[in-house]
Amino acid sequence: MSDIDPVALWTVIIGLGIGSFALRFVFTGLVGDRPMPAWILRHLRYTAVAILPALVAPLVVWPAATDGAFDVPRGVAALVTIVTGLATKNVFAAIFAGAGTLYAMLYLVG
Amino acid sequence: MTSSTTKSAFWEGFRAGAPFLLVIMPFATLFGVLATEAGLSVFESLMFSVAVIAGAAQFTALQLMTEDVPTLIVLASALAVNLRMAMYSASLTPYIGAAPLWQRALVAYVTVDQSYACSIVKFESAPQMSVPERIAYFFGTVVLVCPMWYTFTLIGAVIGAQIPPEFALDFALPITFLALIAPMLRTGAHVIAAATAIVVALLAAGIPYNLGLIVAGLCGMMAGAQAEVWLEQRKAEA
Repeated sequence: MSDIDPVALWTVIIGLGIGSFALRFVFTGLVGDRPMPAWILRHLRYTAVAILPALVAPLVVWPAATDGAFDVPRGVAALVTIVTGLATKNVFAAIFAGAGTLYAMLYLVG
Repeated sequence: MTSSTTKSAFWEGFRAGAPFLLVIMPFATLFGVLATEAGLSVFESLMFSVAVIAGAAQFTALQLMTEDVPTLIVLASALAVNLRMAMYSASLTPYIGAAPLWQRALVAYVTVDQSYACSIVKFESAPQMSVPERIAYFFGTVVLVCPMWYTFTLIGAVIGAQIPPEFALDFALPITFLALIAPMLRTGAHVIAAATAIVVALLAAGIPYNLGLIVAGLCGMMAGAQAEVWLEQRKAEA
């Protein structure tokens, strides 16, 4: 652990702030209400349903807490969350079922 | 923004976004703790969270800075982690592109995984919503999330107390995202998009700078769009 140079730190804070805003604004800001071609819209319809599972899948299969080893309590908790979500279509219910399962499994196994 | 329907849209968004506080608060605390441990002042830690509002990118940047990685590489890596935000921006454009520029700029600033996921599910399932209602809903989802992100960064930085591992907080984020995904699987094409993205994400996990996520996302989007075309063709032939 070395001390972080303040100039480097503020360069990162400001640069990352501006860069992140630019990424978030690039389409809503520049395209606005101009119509987009049908094929682009068709792809955009699947943005959320593609990115979010892709974000979560590695976290479930190789959890950080176990240094990347597959973990039964976390795997089961993930499965319960998905099944509850599909069955109830209720985000709250799915979160509580998943969290409850995780704690119960960790208590039993751990 | 005073009509009763925009007001009710705002409160509906508020209720949809509320569960994410369970994740936001511990993660922000953890960031505050790690930032001060890395030698940042309380003010610097807070400014980090205010400027960036993106947990994963903040953790990435902090980690690399403590490893003395050149500043440009730190910026490039953390921005790569945030590339998905550009995809969110594109995906929101058909719904809110007609809103005034200042509102779109504010939406951009508070576009995070949680606000995007909640809002896109709502916008898709309620196509009759007006643009002001959509904007109100979007802000409703983050009106607590963003201030709490700052507040708990500050608390973590000031207190510097670690959260015990028994809380298994590492898994709070996967669980909340998994809960969000279920309502998105509305058609066969959505299921194909999700399945493709998962398979590619696991295969591409080794790609540096988190770019496997973007590759997986693009593959999932292409698979979903293609499946949609095929399913429509089959319907037309039937």
